[in-house]
Amino acid sequence: MIHFVLLISRQGKVRLTKWYSPYSQKERTKVIRELSGLILTRGPKLCNFVEWRGYKVVYKRYASLYFCMCSDQDDNELEILEIIHHFVEILDRYFGSVCELDLIFNFHKAYYILDELLIAGELQESSKKTVARLIAAQDALVEAAKEQASSLSTIIAQATK
Amino acid sequence: MGSQGGFGQSKEFLDLIKSIGEARSKAEEDRIVLHEIETLKRRITEPDIPKRKMKEYIIRLVYVEMLGHDASFGYIHAVKMTHDDNIHLKRTGYLAVTLFLNEDHDLIILIVNTIQKDLKSDNYLVVCAALNVVCKLINEETIPAVLPQVVELLGHQKEAVRKKAVMALHRFYQRAPSSVNHLISNFRKKLCDNDPGVMGATLCPLYDLITIDVNAYKDLVASFASILKQVAERRLPKSYDYHQMPAPFIQIKLLKILALLGSGDKKASEQMYTIIGDIMRKCDSTSNIGNAVLYECICCISSIHPNPKLLESAADAIAKFLKSDSHNLKYLGIDALGRLIKLSPEIAEQHQLAVIDCLEDPDDTLKRKTFELLYKMTKSSNVEVIVDRMIDYMININDSHYKTEIASRCVELAEQFAPSNQWFIQTMNRVFEHAGDLVNPKVAHNLMRLIAEGFGEEDDTADSQLRSSAVESYLRIVVEPKLPSTFLQVICWVLGEYGTADGKYSASYITGKLCDVAEAYSTDDTVKAYAISALMKIYSFEIAAGRKVDVLPECQSFIEELLASHSTDLQQRAYELQAILGLDANVATNIMPMDASCEDIEIDRSLSFLNSYVQQSIEKGAQPYIPEGERSGMTDVSSFRSQELHEVSSHALRFEAYELPKPVMPSRVSPIEQSSSNELVPAPEPSYHAEMHQVASSVPSVSDTGSLELKLKLDGVQRKWGRPTYSSAAPSTSNADIPKIQNGAPQLDAVSSSSSKAVSYDSRRQQVEISAEKQKLAASLFGGTSKSHKRQSSGSQKVPKTNIPAAEKSHVAKNATSDTAVLERTPQPPPDLLDLDESTVSSSAQSLDPFKQLEGLLDLNQDTSTLTTSDASASGAPDVMSLYGETTLNVQSGGVPNLLPAGRDEANLLSGLAGTPNRDGHGENTVTNPTQQLNKGPNAKESLEKDALVRQLGVTPTGQNPNLFRDLLG
Repeated sequence: MIHFVLLISRQGKVRLTKWYSPYSQKERTKVIRELSGLILTRGPKLCNFVEWRGYKVVYKRYASLYFCMCSDQDDNELEILEIIHHFVEILDRYFGSVCELDLIFNFHKAYYILDELLIAGELQESSKKTVARLIAAQDALVEAAKEQASSLSTIIAQATK
Repeated sequence: MGSQGGFGQSKEFLDLIKSIGEARSKAEEDRIVLHEIETLKRRITEPDIPKRKMKEYIIRLVYVEMLGHDASFGYIHAVKMTHDDNIHLKRTGYLAVTLFLNEDHDLIILIVNTIQKDLKSDNYLVVCAALNVVCKLINEETIPAVLPQVVELLGHQKEAVRKKAVMALHRFYQRAPSSVNHLISNFRKKLCDNDPGVMGATLCPLYDLITIDVNAYKDLVASFASILKQVAERRLPKSYDYHQMPAPFIQIKLLKILALLGSGDKKASEQMYTIIGDIMRKCDSTSNIGNAVLYECICCISSIHPNPKLLESAADAIAKFLKSDSHNLKYLGIDALGRLIKLSPEIAEQHQLAVIDCLEDPDDTLKRKTFELLYKMTKSSNVEVIVDRMIDYMININDSHYKTEIASRCVELAEQFAPSNQWFIQTMNRVFEHAGDLVNPKVAHNLMRLIAEGFGEEDDTADSQLRSSAVESYLRIVVEPKLPSTFLQVICWVLGEYGTADGKYSASYITGKLCDVAEAYSTDDTVKAYAISALMKIYSFEIAAGRKVDVLPECQSFIEELLASHSTDLQQRAYELQAILGLDANVATNIMPMDASCEDIEIDRSLSFLNSYVQQSIEKGAQPYIPEGERSGMTDVSSFRSQELHEVSSHALRFEAYELPKPVMPSRVSPIEQSSSNELVPAPEPSYHAEMHQVASSVPSVSDTGSLELKLKLDGVQRKWGRPTYSSAAPSTSNADIPKIQNGAPQLDAVSSSSSKAVSYDSRRQQVEISAEKQKLAASLFGGTSKSHKRQSSGSQKVPKTNIPAAEKSHVAKNATSDTAVLERTPQPPPDLLDLDESTVSSSAQSLDPFKQLEGLLDLNQDTSTLTTSDASASGAPDVMSLYGETTLNVQSGGVPNLLPAGRDEANLLSGLAGTPNRDGHGENTVTNPTQQLNKGPNAKESLEKDALVRQLGVTPTGQNPNLFRDLLG
């Protein structure tokens, strides 16, 4: 099971956090501090895995952003690494060659995508296309809802004029 | 689709993100966020906020919380937003609550109603959003509120909904297995779902279920194997391919399941050999994901019943991993080696140089993994090198979690394989010195016992030599500053027992040292208790020997300090010491016989010496004692607790408005859970319990020391009438130990077979030209000579180890038989001082020849392990399975029995699907691509626009975030 997902920039800034196991706000801060100290200092050629408090943290660096996932001791590290890559590929497909800025300003969208990929710490969908289709459907619905709302408000505005 | 050009947020929010991006320090960032929190607090409470604005506030709250600050003031607004009818806002609300709330938050109750409504929605996206929240937030208490709807959704027409429903049910199972136990068959049914996504998701709960109870799922082996075969043959839709591998994530999950099912089951394993072999052959070892599958195959092969051909290909794969330049693959190679070494120990020798390279690698992760491997391949011939390296490494790490682990491993290896007693004591001293507070206190007790019992040999001089060398080393160490408490306890105990035994040191010298210790660690009551007991022993030995006792002034002041101590325990010890000081030699010998910590002490468990007193009292008209269980109408604590539970459950929240009153639900906390919670709580036992018992129980041998005997009576009485449940800690600790002992058996096995190969390896070694130092290390690690192996079996070190299981077993047995558990108040197994008279097993074991005993241990362990495996296979035997098959046939018609044909149907369906959706997919691709390009991406104009926008916002891509604009995928 994956216990949490962290996106940290090279400067140690948090870009996204998702917790699948209960951690208090205090613990979260501590975890992030500990892990960024551990991961950001590692050289480029070393393994992408870190043992930490009896868990394994798998991380991968994309440009200036570190994607980290914390998994159980007996999970397959390479698989987690590929789940990270899978996530990045989906982000890339959604944003169109994704960069850190996309995630900074649209972090809530990254959350929606992550929710379609992982649930309760397990990989729920391994097909990129299915995830993309669901996200597209949600976006379409949101657009429709917006239009409806705006047209409603214009009608109301006109009516009350 | 795609990001909106202007990011869709207000200037204010973009400014916030921008300023945080520019913050130069954590303090500055915190200041900005705190300011933002103030703003939000003010704004969010304003009346009549437009919903769109509110949505942005909520997202800003998420942002604040993500940066590690408390946004709890806004949680309620996020909850309110989930109630909105507009899906746009609802989704935002749901997202926020899943990020804000934990499963035990009070506000969850306000969302449950909305979730219930949304689960019934016609719009499948709303249902999906609600299910996401269900997975995160529904707790044990609220499961009943949504359970029926979630079960219904398992049959929803949209696969996305079915998939999430499966995951939700899995989550419920994790949270409260009892609440969904009756629904587990649904997982089996969903395995045949014709959408591969749903099938893949179902593997998660099935994996958990199979981990818990393998035998109930043996009938699915063939189905899993055939699913795996179909996946490997690319029968799933193309969209599940990942880097040219057919559905690798599903393959990995299936391999994990097969590993569980095939473990120790030859029949089941045989059904898997072909497909695992196929997959290994097909794996693309140039891609990461291919290696991930390959690694999972190795794990599976090492778990199932061994097959020589598969083992060979696994060994080849491991060789490839280890030879690779990638650290990741080396890491996996080491891990896989550790798994396979149990089955074929000789493969480690091929890779010894690679292993040593990894051990000296600058990469800490790899190093640790290699230590784990070494731990698995330790035998008596290489234990010194390995433990030495481990301790060296241990000294230099700060991570207390890992330090604890490696320290306990050192202890375990030292106890198991120590070549000499001298070495053992030295090693333990090093471990205690550097990680004393991190090791289990039981280890300290073991060490004390080892020194006390000697090594089971009849040779007393060797024992006393050992003791004096221990005393000597402790006197040397004790002056060092800042020793861990556990270590000091051992030191005090040994100095007290044996400090003056060999006559080398005078009593005043030892007592002086003990007082120094007590003074230096004056905040540690446990150490002080050990110190004063040690003083007591030394003084009484002096008295017994007829020498005049002169108490040093510092000892006197120490005793006086304790006489006035707030701790009753310390105070009592001090008074006892004072009493002993006034006794004559004869009595002192009886109270504190020399070197008697292992002697049997007789205890009158029925308290018969009280009979006359009880008789007298009854004659005088006192009430006879009624055992706790027979008392009626009394508020027994345990029954009171269950009553309370009943009340709680009947007062539980109701989610359906006008339901008929139901009878009280059975209390949810089952006895099993209660006992398991007991296990989790560490026994609140002061670690100097052994001492206490010893002091207390050595007293009855004295016939007339008035005041002390009175104390004993109270002691006994308290135990007799104490709550019997007190002893529950004992079985839990001993249970935890039993698997560890069984684990030892295969390791020992491995030793014997690997050392026989040593000769063949020697010839190979000479061919490789490697630096001498490395070769030496390799030789000491891998080239175990059979001679030193023999030493292990004669090594007397084994004895304490063998004693432990025996003693513990007697513990377990006793606990099982004696329901009353009257005097079972010694929860810690090692201080068996009280129980020695009863545990005939351990005492008889002591008198045996250690050699034979070791063999006995080996045999015993092997027996038990084979027993358990045969047991497992026996319970998985045909009749049980057929029985199960029948029941499933009868009960859930169409469930399991249809599985195989259904699988085939699915295959056809899938292959049918695979043809058509391809075209669909193309269609969609062509539709989506232009939009993507419109948005951004390779289109230069678009990225320029974005760049301009960002510059306008002030986030200049210089200095701080030079890489900000680089695409993540390079």
